[in-house]
Order: sequence, then structure tokens, then C-alpha cells
Amino acid sequence: MDKIDIVSSTAVLVPVDNIDTDQIIPARFLKTVSREGFGEKLFYDWKYNADGSPNPSDPLSGQKGVILVAGNNFGCGSSREHAAWALHDAGFKAVVSSSFADIFKNNALNNCLLPVRVTEDYLDRMTRVLKSAPDTVVTIDLGAQTISVPGAGEAKFEINGYKKECLMKGYSDIDYLLSDKEAIMAYERKHF
Amino acid sequence: MGKTLFDKIWEDHVVKHIPDGPDVLYIDRHLIHEVTSPQAFSALKEKGLKVFRPDRTFATCDHNVPTLGQDRPIEDESSRNAVDRLAENTAANGITYFPLGDPGNGIVHVVGPEQGIVLCGQTVVCGDSHTATHGAFGNIAFGIGTSEVEMVMATQCLLQSKPKQARIVVDGTLAGNVTPKDVILYIISQLGTDGCTGCFVEYSGEVFRNMSMEGRMTVCNMSIEMGAKGGIVAPDSKTFDYISGRRFAPAGDEFRRAVARWQDLKTDDDAVFDREYRFDAADIRPMVTYGTNPGMGVPADGVIPETAVGCDKATFDKALAYMGFRRGEPMAGKKVDYVFLGSCTNGRIEDFRAFAKAVAGRKKAPDVTVWLVPGSKEVESKIESEGLGDVLRAAGFEIRQPGCSACLAMNADKIPAGMYAVSTSNRNFEGRQGYGARTILAGPLVAAEAAVTGRIGMPV
Repeated sequence: MDKIDIVSSTAVLVPVDNIDTDQIIPARFLKTVSREGFGEKLFYDWKYNADGSPNPSDPLSGQKGVILVAGNNFGCGSSREHAAWALHDAGFKAVVSSSFADIFKNNALNNCLLPVRVTEDYLDRMTRVLKSAPDTVVTIDLGAQTISVPGAGEAKFEINGYKKECLMKGYSDIDYLLSDKEAIMAYERKHF
Repeated sequence: MGKTLFDKIWEDHVVKHIPDGPDVLYIDRHLIHEVTSPQAFSALKEKGLKVFRPDRTFATCDHNVPTLGQDRPIEDESSRNAVDRLAENTAANGITYFPLGDPGNGIVHVVGPEQGIVLCGQTVVCGDSHTATHGAFGNIAFGIGTSEVEMVMATQCLLQSKPKQARIVVDGTLAGNVTPKDVILYIISQLGTDGCTGCFVEYSGEVFRNMSMEGRMTVCNMSIEMGAKGGIVAPDSKTFDYISGRRFAPAGDEFRRAVARWQDLKTDDDAVFDREYRFDAADIRPMVTYGTNPGMGVPADGVIPETAVGCDKATFDKALAYMGFRRGEPMAGKKVDYVFLGSCTNGRIEDFRAFAKAVAGRKKAPDVTVWLVPGSKEVESKIESEGLGDVLRAAGFEIRQPGCSACLAMNADKIPAGMYAVSTSNRNFEGRQGYGARTILAGPLVAAEAAVTGRIGMPV
């Protein structure tokens, strides 16, 4: 797995609440059996019209950066990990919101995509800054658990201590579980 | 301090606790389907591993399957490939698989309980957010991503942090035209689409006690639509009667011993929840949604409000623009182009009984396309054995074959752009039922009314 430490970049701002995983990656793109190539399908129905022509009112157009800043309740809906794969494949390293849907959050963490949860107040402030100055560089420091945006100040964010270590060292849950097979089999002997 | 039902099941499944981290949680049942499993099987193979506990793993194909002509090969190449891959992967790992056309086939969350795979007091996971359905039997059931599917395949465990807990109590008696779907749509409209994020919800009170198992499944199914990790209802004699005699359920003395254990699956009187909500059954009426998340709901004779819980103005405006609706408009009388009865939310026999009863002796509206999609082969066969098929055909309806169908339009059952569909499914997100499709979520009775009148209206 990749590692995360400090992420510093301009941000892609999509100030819409309740962005669901059907928006992030529409279901018709889930028929493939590999993990590859979902980046180009990211927010597909926002980017393109029904006939495949670019949508001039695509909220992402013209924005660049590896940090996505979205409205409240990001990633709600379907459990499809394809949403996290698409964001990661498109180059995103972190998503900032005032709340994340549980399954999306786990999927993101399992793909080295950092969900940064800030207060609604801080999200409002950084959204205002990014709207007026789109070139602002946002810095997320996982070690210090801080996000800073010039003009909006710095905020702390929470992350599970175990998950933080995994992200910083590139460990994955499955390696941990596989190393614990003895305990798992002991549990089975006791319970079944 | 007492424990909740959730606490008891969770503690019973903790293999070990990681300091300052999650618990290693043992998983009793792993349900899989063709969309979220192939990448997990591939990753397992790359590591040189096989599925650790294939006897705890069950598979069905549902998302990609056509709902007509299931006896023929699937036309769409990528859909066919996904289904074929599931057959290969399950065979290679010794997993019970219900292929297309098999009497056990159907939507994963309909099949699990129907086949007696899902019991009580268990941990149940599936790479599908509507896994919450199985909480209806007193289980900790939740959806997971594909990396987690791989973890369960490899170790029968997940690393999970214990969520917060909420209790939703609904007391009183529901009116005759109010279905379990209306109950959950009402709750979500009150709490918002992220109202229970980070929480596991126990449903309790008179309304859920009086509800059938099918109804409890409908309610638990949509827990995820208010952000909850899952929903749970304490099991009772109705639960045990439902499980009794099913194919994979314990039988004889083993069943009796299991029931004796399951009797204890309840929340202690002095248990404390992080949050508690109370509603009155008398306030709940047949519901419809008007927007693009399941929290944007009103009674079927209500008007579109000025705003919704958990929705800022820009988001609300965007939703109404997508739907082609305006604030203050009545929902009743709105024209409907499509009606979809089915999905893991409302594709069970009870839903077909309700729909058939409501349309009996009436005729399908000529300008409405109606897709009636059973949730499983077993539901399909019951529709015929109970005589509902004759009632439905006499009213001008056709019954399709089981699958997820228009709920997420991965197969050919897509609602065309701009069209209005009254759907008994679970999500009205933009594009969910097809590019540009406009979804109005409702229960089977409102769907029946729309199917015969071509309009939104109050069921009798």
C-alpha cells in the first residue's frame, strides 16, 4: 500500500452536500472485474452529457489538485469501493468534508485516500477562501493531524491511532489479520 | 449498566481488541455477489490464498442479471463476464453458489434469509450497503467494501471500531394504508440522510413488534439511507418461526437449542443508547420522495417543502432542478411514466401480495410502463402458487424474473432520461435508475396506485 504523510496541493472544490457514490462512479461502470481504470469514470455524469460531449457546467472543470473539498455527508449510499478506487486512480490523496459515510470512510482508508473530517464552520471558511482564491495551497499533515488553509487558519482532525499508523507506514488490515490467524482459530475452537 | 442487544452480539464476536485501535471481529456469514467480489478473489489468488471458511460464505448473482430470458446467455458481454467469473471463483473455493435460474437464486438480501443462511445473533457482512437488511433477525449486519470482502475471505474477520448506538422507538398503531416502507421513509425524512452516520440503530416499540419479518427487513434495509452502519430488531417468535424449516437453518434439537439461546437476544432495560428518537405511528402516512436523496420525503398528498433536513439551499435547489419540481407543489396528481416493484427493499412476497390486492379488479394505466420484479426465485414461485400472478395478469401486468433490476439499472432495466419512475427501491440519487432518470421512492401501495392511475396518489 502507498503511504501518506504530508499532502500539500491546490484543492478541487465541490461544495455540494450528500455526494453519493452513484455520483462518484455510476453503477454502469461497475461491470469490470479489475480495480484499474476507474479514474477516468470519476464523476462521469457530471463531466459528460448523455451523448458523451463535455458538460460545460461540470462543477469540477478547470480545477486541479490532489485534495477534494466537498460538502457534508460525502460518499453516502452504495458500498462500492470503486468510488475510492476512482478517486485514488484520478490522483486524489485526501478528501475534506464535515462528515463521511461510514463505508466510504473505511474504503478510503483501505486505499490510502485520507478522509479529513473538519467542523462545518471550518469547512465553510475554507470553502469561502477557495472560492475567492482557487490557487490557495491546502496542507494536510497526517502526523500532526492538522489541516491548514491560508486565510482560513489551521484545524485539527481526528483519526483512529491504528489507522493513522497504517497510513503512515503503508500497512494494510489484511496483513494484520493474516498475521493473527492463530487467535482467529482459537476463537473458533472456543465458540464452535 | 445494562447492555444493548448490539453490545451483546458484538462482544460475543470480538476475537481481540487492538489498543487505541479497532477490534478483530469474527464474521459468521459472508454473502457475496458478482459486482464487489471479483477483485477480492483476484487479490486472494495473487497472495496464493483460498477462501478460509467457504462453509460460512454463500453467493448469488443479482446486480447484472436480465429480468427477461434468463434461460438464455446474458447478452451484455461485461455483465456475462462478471457473472461467469463468480461461478468460477465460487467453484474454485468450494462456496455454495445459486446461479441464474437456480431455485435458490435471487437478490442476495432476499435469498440470505429465505434459504435460512442468516440466523439470529450473528455477524453478517456483504459487499453491499443493503446488508443492513439482515438486522431484522437480530443480527449485526453491515455492508463492506471490496478490500474488506477480501479480508473476510482470507480470515473470516474484519478490523472494526465499535460504532455509537441509537434507538428509534415507534409506538402506536399504523393506519391500514401505511406500509413498513412508509415507516422508514418517514423516519429518514425526519432524521435526514446522514442523521445516523456513525451509529448502529435498534428499532423498537409496538410498530416493529407488530411488523412481519418482511416488514422488518424493509425497515432495516434502509438504515443505511440515514447513514446508519446497520439496523437491528430484537428477535421474537415471529423471527424463529420464519427461520424454522429453511434449507440451511438448523433443524430438530439443534434448532430448539438455538431458539433457547436466541430468546436472550434483547437489550437490557437499563441499557443506555448514545441517542434516542421517538415517533408516533399516528403521524406516519403513505410517503413519497420528491428529491434526490431518501430523506427528501413527504406524505403522498403532501406538498414539496421549502427545505429538507440535512440539505443546504444549493443542494436542495440542485435536487429540485434535477427532478423538475418546485417548492410548494403538491405531489398528488403528478404524472408517472414508470413503476418499479422490486429490489432488496420491497421485492418480497408480502410486497407482491399488497400490490396485487390493491390492483385486483382494476386495470394498468395504458401510458405507464410497469416492471414487477420478484426478489428471488422463491418469491417468483410463491406469486404463482398463491394465485397473485393471475390477479396481476388480469389487471394487465407482466411479471419479470428475479434480480436487482431497475434499482440501480446495471442490467437493461433502465428508466429513460427525464422520465418519472415510482420505485419501491431504496435510492433516488441522480442517475441511479438510469442516466437522467427521475425516481420517486414509495411503498408497494403507492406504487400500485401509480400503476393503475398513472399518477401519484394516496392508496386507499
